[in-house]
Amino acid sequence: MKSHLLEVDDLKKHFSSGKSVFKKKSQPVKAVDGVSFAVQEGETLGLVGESGCGKSTTGRMLMRLIEPTAGAIHFQGKNLLELNSESVRSMRKDIQMIFQDPYASLNPRHRVERIIEEPMIVHHLGDKATRKKKVQELLEIVGLNSFHAKRYPHQFSGGQRQRIGIARALAVEPKLIIADEPVSALDVSIQSQVLNLLEDLQNEFNLTFLFIAHDLSVVKHISDRVGVMYLGKIVEMADRDELYNNPKHPYTQALLSSVPIPDPDHKQEEIELQGDIPSPSEPPSGCPFHTRCPHVMDICKSVVPVSQEKEKGHNVACHLYDDQHMAI
Amino acid sequence: MPVPAKKDPASHTPVAIEEETPSIIKETWHSFKKNRLALAGAGIVSLFILLGLLAFFIAPEGINEQKNADRLLPPSSEYWLGTDDFGRDIFSRILHGARLSLTVGFFAVVGSCIAGTFLGVIAGYYGRWLDTLISRMFDILLAFPSILLAIAIVAILGPSLQNALIAIAIINVPTFGRIVRAKVLSLKEEEYIQAALSVGMKDRRILTYHILPNSLAPIIVQGTLCIATAILEAAALGFLGLGAQAPQPEWGRMLSDSRDYLQQAPWTVFFPGIAIMLTVLGFNLMGDGLRDALDPKMKE
Repeated sequence: MKSHLLEVDDLKKHFSSGKSVFKKKSQPVKAVDGVSFAVQEGETLGLVGESGCGKSTTGRMLMRLIEPTAGAIHFQGKNLLELNSESVRSMRKDIQMIFQDPYASLNPRHRVERIIEEPMIVHHLGDKATRKKKVQELLEIVGLNSFHAKRYPHQFSGGQRQRIGIARALAVEPKLIIADEPVSALDVSIQSQVLNLLEDLQNEFNLTFLFIAHDLSVVKHISDRVGVMYLGKIVEMADRDELYNNPKHPYTQALLSSVPIPDPDHKQEEIELQGDIPSPSEPPSGCPFHTRCPHVMDICKSVVPVSQEKEKGHNVACHLYDDQHMAI
Repeated sequence: MPVPAKKDPASHTPVAIEEETPSIIKETWHSFKKNRLALAGAGIVSLFILLGLLAFFIAPEGINEQKNADRLLPPSSEYWLGTDDFGRDIFSRILHGARLSLTVGFFAVVGSCIAGTFLGVIAGYYGRWLDTLISRMFDILLAFPSILLAIAIVAILGPSLQNALIAIAIINVPTFGRIVRAKVLSLKEEEYIQAALSVGMKDRRILTYHILPNSLAPIIVQGTLCIATAILEAAALGFLGLGAQAPQPEWGRMLSDSRDYLQQAPWTVFFPGIAIMLTVLGFNLMGDGLRDALDPKMKE
């Protein structure tokens, strides 16, 4: 069995809305409420869920861009939350992030060479000449040309900018890359190019990805394992093929049935979910999904379902799969 | 969405010729020069700067050269803008006054700009109690009418041009502080600042290389507009006798010295007033033009 590069244990982030003299303190927003998962070296874990379910917050907590409220993050055996700020800085060499919006993630006043070189300067990697050479190499690796180094970000298209963002993440030779919706701002034709680039890089540099997205087909294409998030919790996690062929959680089933299939003759039973996603500041009691679940039972309204392994590597948090209910 | 088969990652075609990269300054100048009013403002400002610089060479008379025989003479070919009650040439005094007014305006703004930017960056970036402390301080300063506050500061320090400069610098600190704080607050959430953090940069590096350069535009615009206010405030303090002291040829001081002769010799008041108005107008037009030129949303 491969070793776990990253282990996340019961991670929580509750945003409390500010209290003031004239206002009573309101309920905290439970953006992430007890998320646990592990990522093996060299694999890609996909996290999917609708907007507001806490997947980006989870990614940012792993970078410690947001301080978690509770829980533990073990990276290569070390608990990141116990490190002091100086160790966090050097840890960041091993974990890098690719951002969602390629138009906002590059400093508009810096040339491309500066953008890619700066992480190496910060972590004291190589002298000036080696760094310059590395910038040229990285540009070629991500499919740009070395003469692009002298240009400013606004002179590139969205796809090219995202490649620059990827080159910046690669500059410090990280082990884990957190990709936060890296292709959702791009055209569909460019999306596949960038996804293929990420796959190539993963093979070449033995990278581990945590891939956050809301597009199910993108996640299916790139992930080895997939976790489905709903209202700050992971409701189901399994190997990619298992999850897409045999979804167990009603929410996953509904999500998968909503993916359009490009065949006019295909008749598909679409499971329509009623209502909106509940507010994370007042989550429903019991199972967070019970307000919209087509198979809701009495127990769902009072007892929070625990994630349990139903088949090998297939975890699901749903009362439908409790042993006593299986009998019914 | 079906994902197409693998393609060469470099299938987009890069332009093979390396072209000249237009710098920000060039682009700003390009859109600035299309704005005629702003160009006129810049023209007025440069004219006064030039006149002030060359005052010792072009002024026909000395600053305090008094000619008792030529008191309160109207504008003529000998005295272009007339003479005042001591028989001093008003044109020469206005030229020398330009040096004083522009210097006061410029240095007062530089002072408040540095202090305001420093405080604003700290308040915006570090937030929490530092933000509360600094913001409340600004609120207190802004609660006073600015000229009243300036008078109070000069009253403490003693009336002189230099103390007027210090007073003007202090009362303008909150203006800069608030603008910079707001800009830093919005920049802090930008993904490239988040990216800088996630790379592991130290705060000092993020502030100097990423946040400050990107907040320069509003600072420059506010600075230009603020020079106009500062000149006006210096003139007001001079008029009240709290700024420049006689016989310094400061424009506000000249207004107050000659106001008794408004009926007999209106030119003694008219021309210093025009000088103040033109400079202030020039800086305002230039500032407005700069704001439009530096605002990416205004670009067509």
